[in-house]
Amino acid sequence: MYNTKELIKNAYRITSRRGYTALRLRVPGGHLAAEYLSLIQDIARRYGNGTVHLTTRQGFEIPGIPLDKVPEVNQLLAPMLQQEAALGVAIENIQAGYPAAGTRNVTACIGSRVCPFANFDTTALAQKIEGLIYPNHYHVKIAITGCPNDCIKAHLQDIGIIGQVEPEYDPGRCIACEACVKNCRQFIVGALELVNYQVERDRKRCLGCGECILQCPMAAWTRGRRYYRIVALGRTGKKSPRLAANFLEGIDEKAVLQVISNLYRYIERHIDRSLPKEHVGYIVDRTGYQVFRDELLDGVNLGPKGRVARELTFYGYSYDRDLLWSK
Amino acid sequence: MGYKLTPAGLASLLDELATTRWIYGPVRYAGKGRLAGTDLITYGPVNGLADLAWDARTTFPPKEVFFPVKETLFYFSGREITESASEVKETVVFLRACDLNAVTRLDKIFLENGPAADNYYARRRQHTHFVLMECRESFPGCFCVSMGTNRPAGHQAALRPEGGYYLLQALAEPWLSLGERYGQPADVEPVWVQENPLTVKVPDRVDTSLFQHELWREYSSRCIACGRCTLSCPTCSCFSVQDIFYRDNPERGERRRVWASCQIDGFTDMAGGHQVRADRGDRMRFKVLHKIDDFRRRFGVNMCVGCGRCEEVCPEYISLARCVNTLSQLMNGGAGA
Repeated sequence: MYNTKELIKNAYRITSRRGYTALRLRVPGGHLAAEYLSLIQDIARRYGNGTVHLTTRQGFEIPGIPLDKVPEVNQLLAPMLQQEAALGVAIENIQAGYPAAGTRNVTACIGSRVCPFANFDTTALAQKIEGLIYPNHYHVKIAITGCPNDCIKAHLQDIGIIGQVEPEYDPGRCIACEACVKNCRQFIVGALELVNYQVERDRKRCLGCGECILQCPMAAWTRGRRYYRIVALGRTGKKSPRLAANFLEGIDEKAVLQVISNLYRYIERHIDRSLPKEHVGYIVDRTGYQVFRDELLDGVNLGPKGRVARELTFYGYSYDRDLLWSK
Repeated sequence: MGYKLTPAGLASLLDELATTRWIYGPVRYAGKGRLAGTDLITYGPVNGLADLAWDARTTFPPKEVFFPVKETLFYFSGREITESASEVKETVVFLRACDLNAVTRLDKIFLENGPAADNYYARRRQHTHFVLMECRESFPGCFCVSMGTNRPAGHQAALRPEGGYYLLQALAEPWLSLGERYGQPADVEPVWVQENPLTVKVPDRVDTSLFQHELWREYSSRCIACGRCTLSCPTCSCFSVQDIFYRDNPERGERRRVWASCQIDGFTDMAGGHQVRADRGDRMRFKVLHKIDDFRRRFGVNMCVGCGRCEEVCPEYISLARCVNTLSQLMNGGAGA
């Protein structure tokens, strides 16, 4: 009676209550004009059970929708789809609901629109990426974070994009107050040191978080080039959860977008179609890093400061009761 | 004499001026603000009319043009000492009335306080000339009217954009002849701000009993001792001294003086480790009373010029204006704010 495969691709979930579904709304970058809340409220009250769940991926999930109401709900969703279209997403039928659900909502920390620590407008980049990759059925998770503090948890995504900045130092403006040195030592990586009343930065250690710029009362530290670091192939999951590994650093936005486009081409080429779905991390486990790296960097201009990881170093864990727990 | 100049006329005037003088003014540095996507507006070399930023108050005051953030006083090599040379060129600084008044405060400290003038200050200051950028409206937090610093004094010329032109009031050379050359004679009446949204009542005197008042304790916890209020102040003149021994030859080196702040840890630390004002509330008291009481008792004029920068740059939203108004109320027998 209902095609579950089609429902899932339409962003409806098969739920624990037979005959009822839950609709997942995308909010690229997690930032939404408040006027859409009344639409969400309307659907939840008229078709759902009157509640809304805030998803882990910054979307809204409306549970308790009878499966036979899906076409009606899809019609109501048109304004949400129009928003997607405005970001450059190809929507064939604005009345038919979401065209795909495999590629998950692109999440972002609140970014420089609100957070003083952020090195760029994360929402804007999330919306740009949404236009680039959606709709797509491949299961891919992308998150964007404004600084290496990684509030969005980019390290648990297939692609995590971290905004960084090259701090520029003008020794002529530095009064050796050490605000930057103390802050970096206490809260960050200790990349700064006062030598002869001037600050020296250890480029090997510096994360490019930009906090020295925020701390400096003299604008001796100012913002230089903004760049991105990409951490790749992190995941939760039952089989082998792991933090994403450093993959690229020092690249510009154009390179970031190209790498993401290439990721989809890579999946297209290597996915195991005998499986109902295959998460990209497991594909790379099969093809090896070198194939992944070469295909993702195809046509990418890394620029003068771009760097590529020699290998991906993952930190994860395995679960074995006999090894873990004391007797 | 008054002159009316087209933007092109003023641009040509500045180009000619630049052939014989250094020109400094408020400049917008795109993307150089503390926060991502913001600009830094501060004093810098003006290379043409387009560089001159009229629409904002600078984060840092103009004093750094003639009182550098960091300045080498002398070099030493073994037992030999060589005084630093200052490259001297006539310098023109574009500034607002409050900052112009602030220069007179700095002059008092560096040139009139004590038996000898400060040579390092004097050698730059005597070649520094000012052009007033007239204010028609206050920026947020300005209280120049309360401090009597809305009216300019000591400038060579005054300038304001108006109706697609620039109006120049030339008070001295080279502005008189430049005005003749690049503008049309016109009746130019200088304008200045007559009223600020913010008013500050400076107490006529401050009792020493207020030194121990609980009002300062609020700042003990609120202030983070970053020093932004003083480093953005057009009248702060404190500096510290650094002796640098060159790393590849420690026999040689130099002595510099560098801006310092009474709000930052280490200021007036004494041999043996004694800190004169360890508590941040005490530092606030020291600063505020210097700005509106101590200085006036010595020089007859308040140090603070009401530019509003300290209010704007404080990350903890500490307001000097509110503190001063509270002091006035306390001195008048009120409970304070």
